[in-house]
Amino acid sequence: MSQELLNTIVEKVNKTVGKEVLFFKPAEDEEQTEEKEEVEETAKLNFGKPMIILDSGDWNLTLAKMLRDDSDLGFDFLSCVTGVDYDEHMEVIYNLYNSEKIYYLYVKVKTPREKASVVSVESVWKSADYMEREIYDLLGIDFPGHWNLKRILLQDEWEGHPLRKDYVTDKKALGLD
Amino acid sequence: MSIKTETMTLNMGPQHPSTHGVFRLLVEVDGETITKAEPIMGYLHRGSEKLAERFLYTQFIPYTDRLDYMNAMTNNYVYCSAIERLLEWEVPERAEYLRVIVMELNRIASHLVWWGTYLLDIGALSPFLYAFRDRDHCLDLLNEISGARMTFNYVRIGGVKWDAPEGWVDRVKEKVKVLRENINEYDTLVTGNEIFQSRTIGVGKLSKEQILDWGISGPLARASGLKMDVRKDEPYSVYDRFDFDIPTREEGDVYARYKVRIDELYESLKIIEQACEQIPDGDIITKKGQRIMMIKPPAGEAYTRAEASKGEIGVYAISNGKNKPYRIKLRRPSFVNVAILQDLLVGQNIQNLVAIFGSLDIVLGEVDA
Amino acid sequence: MDTLMMFLYAVAVLGALLGAVTYAILFERKVIGYMQIRNGPNRHGPWGLFQTIADVTKLLMKEDIIPTAADKKIFVLAPVIAFAPAFTVFAVISWSDTIYAADLNIGVLYFLGVSSMTMLGVLMGGWSSNNKYSLLGAIRGVAQMISYELPLVLSVLGIVILVGSLNLRDIVYFQAEIGLWFIIPQFLAFVIYIISAIAELNRSPFDLPEAESELVSGYHTEYTGFRYAFFMLAEYTYAIAISAFATTLFLGGWLGPAFLPGVAWFLLKMCLFMFLWFWLRATLPRARVDHLMQFGWKVLIPLALLNIVITAIIKVWMGW
Repeated sequence: MSQELLNTIVEKVNKTVGKEVLFFKPAEDEEQTEEKEEVEETAKLNFGKPMIILDSGDWNLTLAKMLRDDSDLGFDFLSCVTGVDYDEHMEVIYNLYNSEKIYYLYVKVKTPREKASVVSVESVWKSADYMEREIYDLLGIDFPGHWNLKRILLQDEWEGHPLRKDYVTDKKALGLD
Repeated sequence: MSIKTETMTLNMGPQHPSTHGVFRLLVEVDGETITKAEPIMGYLHRGSEKLAERFLYTQFIPYTDRLDYMNAMTNNYVYCSAIERLLEWEVPERAEYLRVIVMELNRIASHLVWWGTYLLDIGALSPFLYAFRDRDHCLDLLNEISGARMTFNYVRIGGVKWDAPEGWVDRVKEKVKVLRENINEYDTLVTGNEIFQSRTIGVGKLSKEQILDWGISGPLARASGLKMDVRKDEPYSVYDRFDFDIPTREEGDVYARYKVRIDELYESLKIIEQACEQIPDGDIITKKGQRIMMIKPPAGEAYTRAEASKGEIGVYAISNGKNKPYRIKLRRPSFVNVAILQDLLVGQNIQNLVAIFGSLDIVLGEVDA
Repeated sequence: MDTLMMFLYAVAVLGALLGAVTYAILFERKVIGYMQIRNGPNRHGPWGLFQTIADVTKLLMKEDIIPTAADKKIFVLAPVIAFAPAFTVFAVISWSDTIYAADLNIGVLYFLGVSSMTMLGVLMGGWSSNNKYSLLGAIRGVAQMISYELPLVLSVLGIVILVGSLNLRDIVYFQAEIGLWFIIPQFLAFVIYIISAIAELNRSPFDLPEAESELVSGYHTEYTGFRYAFFMLAEYTYAIAISAFATTLFLGGWLGPAFLPGVAWFLLKMCLFMFLWFWLRATLPRARVDHLMQFGWKVLIPLALLNIVITAIIKVWMGW
């Protein structure tokens, strides 16, 4: 069931973007395997749930709206937005549900570490409002299109983004040392 | 000639009695009508997610207690379950049953605190004391099994920390009967009250569309007619073995939220009773789970969620194969739910503000993480 | 000589009143305590009898803080203005057949007129504090007290029509004469009176001006120490005054079986009213501003008018 869903998602996303951004690890065709040996598969099942991996350039509002409004997909509930800092790039992970048929999708959006920026989906799912602000606050990923992107948990004058792996905790400034 | 008037900016909080913690609501009022509301948070931010990256997997469990300190058991559980999913461990059955019992007891305690403080917010003094009397029944039981009244640190990766003391399960059964009677009493004391109903019916309505758009979960969503409950949608632990309903209502107003929570109390009692009947003997934690230094999930990522008393709580755990988490993201229901205030409060007056704000049932420890 | 007597009487009433307020507060805390399955104050003295004294002593020893931004003169004056009318109205209260100060033939009018001035204290306190919550509380308070002043006055009118006098002592004598307390023939008026009295007193469920969960503490948020104590004193004094007034009007004043003196009966009946207010405080949630206003203007005032009409018809028809 999840595999079928994943197939549908891959098909629809590729169609919307207009090029083959999502693909499985091709098993049968040997020629292609050699070509894409180095490439990570961008559509897979993660603990039984579909996960797609996109580049921030391919992730846009049209795609988000398609995921929400398409009659087969209908991911109308954005549950969780996670930001992760890998040393070489950053990722924003959206956990989407369909509230009626109850199925799930992880959308991973990769963005370079320098000038990290992912299109805000706040206008598609309102729940992204605070969660994107939190990620901006703690990880410093920019969300162009957000109506009110400012720090939410830390004070406005805070310097740096604590959840970045290269953040140095200044114990003196915090009065811990 | 019209009179020149201007709006007034009112700073509700950080120390305001109805915010139940350090939370600030910047509202612009025209007379007593709110024209703009902006929640300001972060006063209780402790950087839990940052701290998680510095600790062993087990060491982070006490920090989850401090998120939603009214409902700490579910927080413990959801964190442990994420790590268990990464490790692909099977948890002993007895442990799962103990988890369910303590989580439901904790849910009752949490809903009772909400019930009492909410009525205090709208001006009724006595229910608060009654709620705390019965909450103590729950806390005594939890204290007996975990050794703490609020921050339990009870659930472990691969099981639970302590087995139930002798006769504990029977005492739970007895207390369930007492609680059921007492909750009936609340219903007659408050629910039918004319003033209470006039303050709550039709106030602070949330439509289904708003709920989905803002990502709201838990009793708030169920009060607006959405049958969303992780316990049924994606049964975790052993919830698929119990017979219980998900109370829903269509109205979506404050009164519906109240009724849903009251009904949930009865459902929780039902679950506890069944769990007490079915609970098997056996281990309470896997062998591997006892060696906490050795817990090293393989590289990967997993998202698990559970139904806390405030809504859907989730943990996105990313492991890189070491004995410390690479990243723990906590999806805190209160944090997501509180965003709706920006939308919901406009056009209401100050008194409705208190009634609506209280009905969201947020806990600041969870909002600020 | 008369002046001296008057002075002594006033001092005696004031002293008695201070004692009464002290124990009214204890009474309230005990009543609410038992209703909330707890014991109430029990640390100071047997049964907590000295609790309020300890509290008042503490309040008197507190630093007196006047906010810099406050309008100082008005701020200082407000508690006094709130207390003075609540105390002055006791002049017309007749405690028994023999114990009374002024046998004023416009007693009812005097009581209602003077007591409505307490509102000024609330407004002055809320305005001068220069605090937004206080201001909102004061605005609410004034709106509420003006709105409920009307049904309060109108509900009393029925009795005045029946008796044909504004003298409080005459009203009691009239009740003795017909052998019936006015609570029975004037039951509707009694209910209206009680409801509007609660609103007048800012007591639960109409305690909007000082709603602590919404407005922190309403008009007296900025008051500390003995000024705050003064506001509290005014509030309880007014509560006692309203109870005394209600006792005179509806429960036959000092009338009662002869095994107790008239004063005792009077005080007992007053306690009944006080208990009623504490009881309501322990059970009811707070009403909402717009509901409160609607209820006052759209329900209570028409009912009170209806009561006057019915009373007038009965009076003419029965030929009382």
